[in-house]
Amino acid sequence: MVTLTINDNEIEVPHGRSVLQACEQVGIEIPRFCYHERLSIAGNCRMCLVEMERSPKPVASCAMPVADGMVIHTNTPAVQKMRKGVMEFLLINHPLDCPICDQGGECDLQDQAMGYGFDRSRYEGNKRAVEDKYMGPLIKTMMTRCIHCTRCIRFATEVAGVPELGATGRGEEMEVGTYVGKALSSELSGNMIDLCPVGALTSGPYAFTARSWELKNVESIDILDAVGSNIRVDYRGPEVMRVLPRLNEEVNEEWISDKSRFAYDGLKRQRLDQPYVRHEGKLQPASWPEAFEAVAAALKGADTDAVAAIAGDLADCEAMTALKDLMTAIGSPHLDCRQDGAQLDPSVRAGYIFNTTIAKIEQANACLLIGTNPRREAAVLNARLRKRSVMGEFPVGLIGPRADLTYDYEYLGDNVSGLAKIAAGRHGFSKVLKNVERSMLIVGQGALARDDGAAILAFVRRVAESRGMINKSQGWNGFNVLHTAAARVGGLDLQFVPGKGGLDTNGILDGASSGRIKVVYLLGADEINTERLGDAFVIYQGHHGDAGAHRADVILPGAAYTEKNATYVNTEGRVQLARLAVFPPGKARADWTILRALSDVLGKTLPYDNLRQVRARMVEINANFMNVDEAMAAPWGEFGEAGEVSNQAFTSPVENFYMTDPISRASATMAKCKDIFVNGSEKTGTDG
Amino acid sequence: MTDSAQTFEQPESFAFSSENVARVEAIISKYPDGWHASAVMPLLDLAQRQHDGWLPRAAMDHVADILAMPPIRVYEVATFYTMYNLNLIGQHHVQVCTNLPCWLNGSDGVVGACKKSLGINFGATTEDRMFTLSEVECLGACVNAPMMQINDDTYEDLDSVTTETILEDIKAGRRPKPGSQTGRHSCEPVGGLTSLAHQANLKAQIEGTS
Repeated sequence: MVTLTINDNEIEVPHGRSVLQACEQVGIEIPRFCYHERLSIAGNCRMCLVEMERSPKPVASCAMPVADGMVIHTNTPAVQKMRKGVMEFLLINHPLDCPICDQGGECDLQDQAMGYGFDRSRYEGNKRAVEDKYMGPLIKTMMTRCIHCTRCIRFATEVAGVPELGATGRGEEMEVGTYVGKALSSELSGNMIDLCPVGALTSGPYAFTARSWELKNVESIDILDAVGSNIRVDYRGPEVMRVLPRLNEEVNEEWISDKSRFAYDGLKRQRLDQPYVRHEGKLQPASWPEAFEAVAAALKGADTDAVAAIAGDLADCEAMTALKDLMTAIGSPHLDCRQDGAQLDPSVRAGYIFNTTIAKIEQANACLLIGTNPRREAAVLNARLRKRSVMGEFPVGLIGPRADLTYDYEYLGDNVSGLAKIAAGRHGFSKVLKNVERSMLIVGQGALARDDGAAILAFVRRVAESRGMINKSQGWNGFNVLHTAAARVGGLDLQFVPGKGGLDTNGILDGASSGRIKVVYLLGADEINTERLGDAFVIYQGHHGDAGAHRADVILPGAAYTEKNATYVNTEGRVQLARLAVFPPGKARADWTILRALSDVLGKTLPYDNLRQVRARMVEINANFMNVDEAMAAPWGEFGEAGEVSNQAFTSPVENFYMTDPISRASATMAKCKDIFVNGSEKTGTDG
Repeated sequence: MTDSAQTFEQPESFAFSSENVARVEAIISKYPDGWHASAVMPLLDLAQRQHDGWLPRAAMDHVADILAMPPIRVYEVATFYTMYNLNLIGQHHVQVCTNLPCWLNGSDGVVGACKKSLGINFGATTEDRMFTLSEVECLGACVNAPMMQINDDTYEDLDSVTTETILEDIKAGRRPKPGSQTGRHSCEPVGGLTSLAHQANLKAQIEGTS
């Protein structure tokens, strides 16, 4: 610890902190533009100047490490004058266009100019003007507003791992950009919008749609991947206007992926806002009672053993609970939440969650990736892996498709033979895993969602055990399953899996093709091959007119994640709550209420009438649902099935990061991103 | 330099000539392992010399590739230093200093002579691509002000007449003698020694010991 004096108060701070952090510790706010806790220190905005005794000149507090006996003053007239001076210099070239700037109202420069600046300009020369840069469809640039804090450059280089942004030119000619005018190839680029302290980088899709003070917000979670990033949903009236990240050190720090941030326009397109019933081969609008009658009629005509249910990637736990209970009441064991056919073992929780937890990736010393491309499947989690990699001494091995993961890795082949070498200790990387304390592996759905998935799961478990990744005495569990669907862990926790003698997803689809299964209830299941549903009567409950709805005989319009209070469990097994921001469109309803109403029509009334009762039922099924926002450690056990494994290459389940679910598939913004980043139809600099 | 300011043609690719490849290796070997990126400036200079005095984007990309740096880091360096020319440039790059010492000693005359002799303004290139005229900040020869630099040679103690002679010589394919144009040796005082004059053989002494 170091003792120093700040404004006549003696305080103790840990060694290595900066003066700015020491000031924050005692609640003194130091204005800053370039400094950011999660980025390297640049010290170029000079806004954080403070006075230090025995120093002839003011010091930049963000870059000055604390030392014993330091005497700092932050509230002297000299400091005030410095701040005023720095503000004046920054504003020399900054346009006074706050009224038409999207950052207005939430702008660091605006706020600090109010707080520390001068109330008029003494500058009469010409302000400089800078050509706007093309940075892709997500980021709108207005580079004249840039104050050269270089936060975006540091973010791209350090956190996102795509060193494509830089400052070219010098002095007054300095400009921030890619120089060659190309879109930033990062799944995290939207975070630069938040980092930008001025209006130089603003959100493209949000441009000129709302002012920050018109918006109301709710704190929710993202469900477009399985990370469960914490988000803030900003809405105005009945419309979601934008999505911003919310700080959660355990999950997403303060980043979210571009899909989480920009897919919200998909919430307004392709929506199912009223029930439909298929008449003479055509879906016709219907009322709720008509739709329920159609469902009841179909179920009446079918054997209980000929009814099946599949839950999709975005299904919430409440709805899955209700559907599971309804299926039990009907008497059918055919239900599955693994619509991708992943051979996950629902009996051992440790076998299907990300046991290490995202935050503890930082404590791991080696990592083996199996059949996964975390950059595409969980961009924010990949940023954590990169963060660990940048700290150094973090060997990463990859068995799966080659990809640019933004950090170095050792390539160990693309199929199970690479894994076999590790298991047998015949590969150098095997020793690496064995010798370091706290090693981890991440197995993706690309390795599990195939016929030999269960055998691979068992194989991977043995690798984890034999390479010392499971250390009970230290509380370390290095076995991790990376999911791509927000609903998956919740579904497995709720045992939304085939009952005794029940069919799994593949069995249900085969059964439907062969005519054994007569009625299939799809709870937002769109990523299945709908052709395999054969002649079955299909009930689709969901919020988007996607693959499932096209095939459906009855459509029951549900609510999207911003329109209901719902529980989701992320890949770590962390129970989190999504909250209602806006109401579902038209006649659509929260999903569990639909199932509750349907159960009434079927004469099998479910025993809950409000959300609290549903959640109580969830806790009854699995006590983990009590621990909201916490990732509970799961006991280790035996899972997977020994068996033959094929040498077929692993593939990543996410080919196109920007479109993975009905919401992002309906989003025009995501479609643009797909054109540019996935199909590679990049514009050239002169187009921008 | 902005993204779209490049209105001239950029070559598709760039590669070092075989003799320069050897130089590249020699330059890189001066830096310890892990710090090869430090070689970016000499490599850019080498590329510029090979490519008629200017650096196309392909050359910067090539240097980035050799040094395993992200291209943007190379662009940052190349755009920061004025000695890297990112635009087409004439065979002879005439850089005239107009900073205070040169200006006090008559750089206006030098500038006038250049503009008259070459028929172009600052920042322009003659149509035959022989000359590019630039106004530059101090080139560190103030003691012999006014001065100008043509490619690697500096010409000092200029006036409008000597400037014109130099340019005419270059046009005629001759190589004028670099350095002071008034005949003084290096940067010795113009009017003979003013201090230590009693040590008349100082020069001989210094040369004898070196």
